[in-house]
Amino acid sequence: MRLLLGSLFALVVAAVVGLGATYLALTRGAAFGPLTIGSWTAWPKTGTADADPYARASIARIGRLPTALGDGVAFTASADDNGRPLDGRCDVVLAGVTPAARFWTLTLYNADGELVANSIKRSGFTSQEIVRHADGSFEIVAAPRANPNNWLPSGGVVRYVLLLRLYDTAVGVSTKAGREVPMPTVNVRSCP
Amino acid sequence: MIRWLLLALGGALLGGIVHLATIIILPRTATQDAYARLSRIVPINTVTALPEPTAESAPMPFMDPAFASAVCRYDLSQGPLKLNVPVSLAYTSVSFYTRYDVAYYAINDRAAGRRVIELDLMTVEQHNQMPEDEEITAADRLIVESPTLTGLIAIRALAPEPGFMPMAQSAIANARCVRADEPKPSR
Repeated sequence: MRLLLGSLFALVVAAVVGLGATYLALTRGAAFGPLTIGSWTAWPKTGTADADPYARASIARIGRLPTALGDGVAFTASADDNGRPLDGRCDVVLAGVTPAARFWTLTLYNADGELVANSIKRSGFTSQEIVRHADGSFEIVAAPRANPNNWLPSGGVVRYVLLLRLYDTAVGVSTKAGREVPMPTVNVRSCP
Repeated sequence: MIRWLLLALGGALLGGIVHLATIIILPRTATQDAYARLSRIVPINTVTALPEPTAESAPMPFMDPAFASAVCRYDLSQGPLKLNVPVSLAYTSVSFYTRYDVAYYAINDRAAGRRVIELDLMTVEQHNQMPEDEEITAADRLIVESPTLTGLIAIRALAPEPGFMPMAQSAIANARCVRADEPKPSR
């Protein structure tokens, strides 16, 4: 009886620990070799045949096709530079420049990776659409209401993520965070 | 007390094995991965344009709305494939994915260096069986080896501004993936 109870206990612990760790790893999108610059994180290796098992599992769970490294690199931001989660009811300012790339696109998704409905049917910007300052830097405002500058409507969703995809770029597996890879800052300006 | 602690420790160790096993098995059991989602809407060995992602519906999550995209779901069991993708104005890329959505190769218009991206896709065995002295191995055709028999080719063209979307879509509409031993369809 004691043996049965003991092994049952051990098995329950195993199931809780094992499945709990898997759930956490998949919801956090954990994978090896992240490249973090400010609020932005990319996993360049996920776009190669060397993708680790964690990356493969999270790709399969989300159901997306990862950006292949020969194509580009995708940076994700889900919080601002102070660690506040991106909230669609707030005004969030992205300012600065991006690393060298032939093109880049910035897209706003809800937490499930769907585009967010809005009145002007804008879900992102490409590097050619953006209005820049004289020095080439830009400012994008993700906000629920219309805004001067480059307005990215956030549709008032509670949580969203921003994806900055660099296409045809030198940024890759061997890139270290530093001055040659400047990413825009992300700051919550005002919240109702 | 010691006995329960040991049992908990043993359970935790076993939990680590459970964790690793589920992570490794998950891609093979996923029913909603990109390949499964696309299998429902795209036939095999032809290029199919994907609908533009909107807030209401999208073929896959996290698609880039600035791109016109098409997919060729391939099956190499009958022989190698030939892929022809005309390059659009701004930026065109072709990415190759295995059956389990791992990107193993990608090429863009600049790397291809020509107006048309031309590739031969085959398995490692098919590549090994190819006679070495044949004309096909001439340097102007790029050969890509697929690690799996089936998989996906994602063909994407950038519309730098929304007005360019029809142009990007028409460039992609002319992309072809056909069996290498079939005669080329006339355009």
